[in-house]
Amino acid sequence: MASGIKDKVVILGMGCSKFGERWDASPSDLMVEAFEECIEDAGIEREQIEAAWFGAGIDAFNVGSSAMPLAIALRLNYIPVTKVENMCATGTEAFRGAVYAVASGACDIALALGVEKLKDTGYGGLPQRTRGLENDMYWPNLSAPGAFAQLASGYRAKHKLNKEDLKRAMAHVSVKSHANGVKNPKAHLQREITEDQAVNAPFIAEPIGLYDCCGVSDGSACAIVTTPEIAKSLGKENLISVKALQLAVSNGTESSHDSWDGSHLKTTRIASQRAYDEAGIRKPTEEITMTEVHDCFSITELVTMEDLQLAEEGKGVNDVLDGNFDSDGKTPCQIDGGLKCFGHPIGASGLRMIYENYLQLNGKAEARQLDSPKMGLNHNLGGFPHQNICSISIIGPYN
Amino acid sequence: MSGITAYGAYIPRGRLSKQAIAEANSWFDASLKSLGRGERAICNWDEDSITMAVEAANNCLCSKPDIDLSSLYLASTTFPFLDRQNSVVVSEALNLNKSIRTMDVGGSQRAATSALISLLDSSAEGDSVLIASEHRRSKAGSRAEMLWGDSAAAVLVGKNNVIAECLAIESLAVDFVDHYRGEDANFDYDWEERWIRDEGFMKSVPIVVNKLIESSSVSPEQINHFILPTDQARTPAALAKKLSINPEAVVDNQIAEVGVAGVAQPILLLAKTLENAKPGEHILLIGFGQGCDALLLKATDAISNYKPSVGVSTALASRREELNYNKFLSFNNLVERDIGKRAEIDKQTYLSGYNRRKDLLTSFVGGKCRECGTVQIPREKYCVNPDCNALDSQDPNSFSDKQGTVVTWTADRLTFDWSPPAYFGMVQFDGGGKIMMDFTEVEDGNIDAGSKVSVHFRIRQFDPARGFRKYFWKALIED
Repeated sequence: MASGIKDKVVILGMGCSKFGERWDASPSDLMVEAFEECIEDAGIEREQIEAAWFGAGIDAFNVGSSAMPLAIALRLNYIPVTKVENMCATGTEAFRGAVYAVASGACDIALALGVEKLKDTGYGGLPQRTRGLENDMYWPNLSAPGAFAQLASGYRAKHKLNKEDLKRAMAHVSVKSHANGVKNPKAHLQREITEDQAVNAPFIAEPIGLYDCCGVSDGSACAIVTTPEIAKSLGKENLISVKALQLAVSNGTESSHDSWDGSHLKTTRIASQRAYDEAGIRKPTEEITMTEVHDCFSITELVTMEDLQLAEEGKGVNDVLDGNFDSDGKTPCQIDGGLKCFGHPIGASGLRMIYENYLQLNGKAEARQLDSPKMGLNHNLGGFPHQNICSISIIGPYN
Repeated sequence: MSGITAYGAYIPRGRLSKQAIAEANSWFDASLKSLGRGERAICNWDEDSITMAVEAANNCLCSKPDIDLSSLYLASTTFPFLDRQNSVVVSEALNLNKSIRTMDVGGSQRAATSALISLLDSSAEGDSVLIASEHRRSKAGSRAEMLWGDSAAAVLVGKNNVIAECLAIESLAVDFVDHYRGEDANFDYDWEERWIRDEGFMKSVPIVVNKLIESSSVSPEQINHFILPTDQARTPAALAKKLSINPEAVVDNQIAEVGVAGVAQPILLLAKTLENAKPGEHILLIGFGQGCDALLLKATDAISNYKPSVGVSTALASRREELNYNKFLSFNNLVERDIGKRAEIDKQTYLSGYNRRKDLLTSFVGGKCRECGTVQIPREKYCVNPDCNALDSQDPNSFSDKQGTVVTWTADRLTFDWSPPAYFGMVQFDGGGKIMMDFTEVEDGNIDAGSKVSVHFRIRQFDPARGFRKYFWKALIED
């Protein structure tokens, strides 16, 4: 039985660019912006980085293929750099590569960086792109909101909810994230909205309206990781360590086997249980003090809270409306605004989530700082409800 | 000689109000106002002569589930492909045996009657299906736009349980150019209607009908149903009078309900006639175009026991009124619409990859695991049942005739669709198997989890850069 990743690797430094419609910034500019903050925070020289993992989601509108764009942008010293892509879970995947490299002993200090440049398409929303030769032949031409709107219909049918009640809870999810985003100067959207605004906005993909959708943003986020021993030797105190790092990938059961009813994310249930086991967490509602989850759409966040066992199955609507995940609630969620308002540059998002929890645990989250947070969970989801990749990372104070 | 043993019809559900056409166009041609009564059948954006042919054939063959067809003919002047046998696409969509003889018949408005003659006159053993399907383009604001409609019909020809036997056939080959469509033309070019009537119909049709009367022992008065496919409202009655056929025998061309369906019109009207014909009644069927065909049929006693799966009356009743003339223009590429940048993505079909997946794409065949019995679609190497996962364990399992239930759905307004919003979602099939697929022709508010669906062969995507179109199966909400 493997011993797991818990407390084997710590975060030496992190950085994150301003997210948003960065018309003036190239992918390289964004990478450098995140990296400069990160390396200053880590307190090391670029030459001390021994290996890097580079996450970028959509090649056609971003930096192109291979790991070279990172090596060139940061002028890395001919070190091994690996490009990773796992849809919207790409950022966490880059982090996983760097953490596992350090844990294996193959290198002492490793870099993970994710970047996405989504605003060079000429239209709103995520870029229209191929799903691959096979899928393009018969899949519906679904947009991202179209994919996740189906989750709302499946969830509503399973739990026999009426459209209005579910829509009201979805609205609350977004209102909460907008309120949080106001306090984040790096967030793409920094404006409050009301529940009525969210409920009455035009449909993008029924029942998902404009305010149920996350921002489509340019941005980059970055982490440097090492062992606890090296971090200490570099003079770091109050270390933040990786407690769990799990990934679950759909194998076609949800999409083709009768057992899945479309009401939940099977991968999230599997990955989060594995992560809790790896981190030694027995009561998630008691031990997880804050979450950054993949709120690509409000309904995704609502269902995810149940799949993470932070809300009882079928009761997510009540927990959301009761404010359990608001900034002053029991388990604050998206304290930085989430994908909804911080924004969602695909390849960077997983690292951005870790960045926020890292700031919170270090007490550096400024206007949005929570009182004594202990354990932060990050949930990053790539793909579609019926076929997806779920990555979970949990970080907390190193013991 | 063989006879007709079954029939079926398909009329697109979309029915465009002719008043809407008149309102949009009478500023230019005031005479259109007088034609602005009733409605015409219009293909949805994802329908063409191939998809309608699949529907019509299914509607015909459903009443004969055990039939093993030896040939399939498809008649049309609006084949989606000029060089790729359209009838083979239809045959594969119907999942028919691969040793079937297929043929596309076209080039004239009497293509269907000529094909029918050829099948009836054949000494070959076995059953044959003739499908006629037409989706004619007409210029915006033209009379043709008012008078024509899109439709398909199919008849089964064989020797057992004949419901209409063929008594006599005659043909006439005359290059009378009432209209034509050249190689590179999008639209027909025609000549004056009165000339076509006087020099065409009134001269050619009597030649073949009189010969037919001569060669059979049936007198004009004994003809109970006279089918003359034409968009000329008064010509059938005028001809009947000239031929001494009872005026009551004239079969209405359904101009105010469907519109004249080109090559499909004679077969559609034949199907309509057979639905009401009584044993012993005579049917005179004409095909007109560069001469004419005439067939004299007689309903047999077996017709009283025959019930079509979907005849013309059922197809007519399944309708959805369309008042938006602009939508019709857009569906038929008659206006250059701004369809957005999301539509700009390249639509190339990788033919080798397509060929590997043809079972799924054209025939909608999935698999059934021999080890655990799990029914699934698509059929992959390993069984999808997590408790089985057996390798190469699945027998082909057809999904095209299955009913299903909507599990999840949405109406997507962000993605590109020719008729937004794009409806799609997860369908759970009765007897097992599920897949995320498009829904077609959803009416607002008429879908939710639990809705029942059937599946239909439709156009999935056009590749205008290369003149290709992809087909796949879509779910249709059952009322």
